[in-house]
Amino acid sequence: MAKKLACVDKRRCVACGACTVVCPKNAIAIHKGCYAFVKSENCIGCGKCEKVCPAGCITIKEREQDE
Amino acid sequence: MNKKKWYNYLWIWSIIYFTLGFFNILFAWLGMIDFLVPLGFALFGGNKHFCNRYCGRGQLFSKLGFSCKCSRNKPTPKWMSLKWFRYGFLVFFLTMFGVMIFNTYLVAAGAETLKEAIKLFWTFSVPWDWTYTVGLVPDWVAQFAFGFYSLMLTSTLIGLIVMVFFKPRTWCAFCPMGTMTQTICKIKNKDETK
Repeated sequence: MAKKLACVDKRRCVACGACTVVCPKNAIAIHKGCYAFVKSENCIGCGKCEKVCPAGCITIKEREQDE
Repeated sequence: MNKKKWYNYLWIWSIIYFTLGFFNILFAWLGMIDFLVPLGFALFGGNKHFCNRYCGRGQLFSKLGFSCKCSRNKPTPKWMSLKWFRYGFLVFFLTMFGVMIFNTYLVAAGAETLKEAIKLFWTFSVPWDWTYTVGLVPDWVAQFAFGFYSLMLTSTLIGLIVMVFFKPRTWCAFCPMGTMTQTICKIKNKDETK
């Protein structure tokens, strides 16, 4: 499992889907038109989604030990 | 990178739309597709598949911003994606849409004459008379086309400006259609989004 992980601030996500287009692992998707969510087991923490997000609501964080 | 699908090429549609409107303004009516389809997805499907997959404008901004490197790629100012600004911009946009419909009505009722011009940024009148021959269709049909094309062109220009300064898809942060469809989705899927 990668050391890092993308985290979405749901309250600020505009659900545009820019992140889903660039994700190389299909690890991020838009949940019912409301916000983006990350499938943590697929995420490799590459940060591509963070780079494209127009709302700046994605941050790359260190994974917790137990995850 | 994900495999390319047919809908990854819809940015071409955006270019075709504005080109057609440059030669014949009546093609502006085709823009209703970009207006009704997202609402349809949101109202009946409870999703934003339009924004996520089929929005030609968003793709065009990505293409120009990333592939053609026309964007500085700096973070979007925070206020642009805040609720008050998004809803404020939506209300402003809908008001302007209403004004455009009212102008169409005035022409239909015979109170105003057809103006063969487009209005950029709701302020600057630009002659656009080569795109229409008076009498081809009822005046109000043409008036709506001029009004709708103005709206489409203005919003694309705003999108291009913020694309250059910030992220390629910064427009999506406060796109009125995006705000409207996301709100519909949030209302529809209330129980699951808590």
